Amino acid sequence: MAESIPATHEESHGDSHGGHHEESWVIKYLWSTDHKIIAMQYLFTGMFMALIGGFFAYTFRMQLAFPGESIPGWGMLTPPDYNALVTNHGTIMIFWVAMPVLIAAFGNFLIPLMIGCDDMVFPKLNRLSFQIFFLSTVVLLASFLVPGGAFGGAWTAYPPLSAQSAYSLTPWGAPLWVLAVALEFVAFLMGGINFVTTTMNSRAPGMKMHDIPMIIWMIVIASIIFMLSVGPLVAGAVMLLFDQLLGTGFYDPARGGDPVLWQHLFWFFGHPEVYVVLLPAMGIVVEIITTFSRKKFFAYKATLYTTFAAGIISFTVWAHHQFIAGIDPRMAHIFTVTTLLISVPIALITFCSIATLYGGSIRFTTPMLWALAFIFEFLLGGVTGIYLGAAGSDIYFHDSYFVLAHFHYTFFPIGIIATFAAVTYWFPKMFGRHLNETLGKIHFWGTVIPFNVIFIPLFVLGLAGQHRRIYAYTLFPDLAKAEFQDLRVLATVALLVLLVFQVVFLYNFFVSCFKGRKAEDNPFEANSLEWTAASPPPHGNWPELPTVYRGPYEYSVPGREKDYWPQNEPS
Amino acid sequence: MRPVATTRSASGMPTGRLAIWWVISSEIVIFGGLLGAYIMHRLAHDAWSEQAAHTNTWIGAFNTLVLLTSSLTAVLGHKAADEGNGAKAAKMLYCTMAGGATFAVIKAIEWTIEIQAGYTITSNTFWSFYYTAAGLHALHVIAGVVIMGIVAAAAKKNQELHRVELIGLYWHFVDVVWIFLFPLLYIAK
Repeated sequence: MAESIPATHEESHGDSHGGHHEESWVIKYLWSTDHKIIAMQYLFTGMFMALIGGFFAYTFRMQLAFPGESIPGWGMLTPPDYNALVTNHGTIMIFWVAMPVLIAAFGNFLIPLMIGCDDMVFPKLNRLSFQIFFLSTVVLLASFLVPGGAFGGAWTAYPPLSAQSAYSLTPWGAPLWVLAVALEFVAFLMGGINFVTTTMNSRAPGMKMHDIPMIIWMIVIASIIFMLSVGPLVAGAVMLLFDQLLGTGFYDPARGGDPVLWQHLFWFFGHPEVYVVLLPAMGIVVEIITTFSRKKFFAYKATLYTTFAAGIISFTVWAHHQFIAGIDPRMAHIFTVTTLLISVPIALITFCSIATLYGGSIRFTTPMLWALAFIFEFLLGGVTGIYLGAAGSDIYFHDSYFVLAHFHYTFFPIGIIATFAAVTYWFPKMFGRHLNETLGKIHFWGTVIPFNVIFIPLFVLGLAGQHRRIYAYTLFPDLAKAEFQDLRVLATVALLVLLVFQVVFLYNFFVSCFKGRKAEDNPFEANSLEWTAASPPPHGNWPELPTVYRGPYEYSVPGREKDYWPQNEPS
Repeated sequence: MRPVATTRSASGMPTGRLAIWWVISSEIVIFGGLLGAYIMHRLAHDAWSEQAAHTNTWIGAFNTLVLLTSSLTAVLGHKAADEGNGAKAAKMLYCTMAGGATFAVIKAIEWTIEIQAGYTITSNTFWSFYYTAAGLHALHVIAGVVIMGIVAAAAKKNQELHRVELIGLYWHFVDVVWIFLFPLLYIAK
């Protein structure tokens, strides 16, 4: 399909926006070991993949709202197309947008700058990590061009549908999908080892454990969760590839295998993965809320330790995805309890963020709006999750649009709202220029309002019993009622509005990159170390590496003339 | 040129050693997931013991001996590197590489015998696990031998001697994985 071809093209083009250098930008931008350039590579690849993922959402939402009609930009959407588009929308948005942008791009950009060193501890490994990630992107997009088309067995790839091409009808697409995901995991394992080692070993002199900004903690804890949870899925992916290509029977009950084994291996990683992307998003929100409330972060240590607790509990909740997969009801009880338990630490972090606002001098800048929207929207996602975490109600809700709306209320705030918060907040540091604040606010309201208009109707439809992953509801008399169809059209129209408003962002982003108002080093008067470097920071970040004297959240300290106190300023 | 970041050590542990431990911990969960899946399946299928009876315990035991001996020379190499004797460290690493290569060759012969007897990766899910787990381990052995060759070549010129310890750590890990594989695949009949 023609959409995939410009992929690599766009990519190398996108990378060239990283900044300005005099000599050979191929070496400088495509072969660089500088953590900031690698961050840009991840950011632009992620942004490009977000456009693809968004386009996929547009095509299948159009099919659901206007079944059987030709879709502008795609044409007639066949059932195999529909399956492939839904599958790859999920795969792309989680593995090729949320992960590379939230962890890889901001982790790479922020870790050395916020802990006060000149680069990652393993710069070449960092470059290799992006190159493998880029290869995985090419493999995934190439799966749309092979005979049989891209994999259509849902982003969770449950066997037997994923294991046997006789069922999936994608003899090439399915193995390529597994290969792409496995390559991406290798890339992020390398990145994760780099992030954790860098933070443990390369902090500026004087930066103690409790002086590390919360976003860095969150990225590091997320990396550790990733490293310790992805292994079983890597093994599972090898087994799935062997089932697909060699004809083994790991997931075939007729031959001594078990399809539920894949569900365990997948969700043992898949649920911690939610926290892998959630924690950096929450870290971003903490940074922005403290800066724009001019207040010390409420309960730093409680938040830190509770994050560790969330990380540990996240390894014990996975089977809540399998309540109707035939697991023992006694097991279901245990997983209900752990699932409800994990909402406690997450709620605590959210309340600490809200408490930080209390009594602060709040500035409603664009990043602050995004950060506040994150808390509000994610709260709705969290609360609706309680119905799904409890085995009793989940048996009714399972595989309905209620589930779909629930996880979009968690992943949209994580992958889109928090990302926009981070991009608008650190943009002056990344590119040395300001974004346009008015356009930023137009884009904010044009994204957040349609988002709710898309997914609230889907909650209603889910409660009414609408199943997920259905090509055309016209085939199901119970679901083909006119009032249901009206809600589907409403959601699709809201999606179109949301997508149109992204043009405002892209315009603002690329124009401001080159023509925006020049940014000073510390435009928001924030404390953390990245704001003491030049905007944008040169290779090596500082002429002389900083020393740290205090924590990152010393705002409005009584008795001081200024309401902020940079970490590197001697007392 | 190395960044300053690489030379710092805020945790008190050298960066390379810290990183290799994180590599090992992420590898542990890969093998942990695979072996955990195997154990659960094995417990559910008593009949697999008939298949397991066809594995050759003596070849497995001999390979265990080869691998353990190669770990000994890796330790001696580390000791020599600590003493600053790069030439001796390289020599010890070459011995370890020879051990790894012997292991791989014996594995190849063993598999040839089994495949000729009709036990292939698709003949039964026991054999699927057998070839997948041992194959993944063998890949780690081969990768370790290759990396060790690079480390040894530098050590011979007295360069990057701290890497001798790091590749040794990795080698011990590969060894320990085999210590789990051997009883699970060969001894439990």
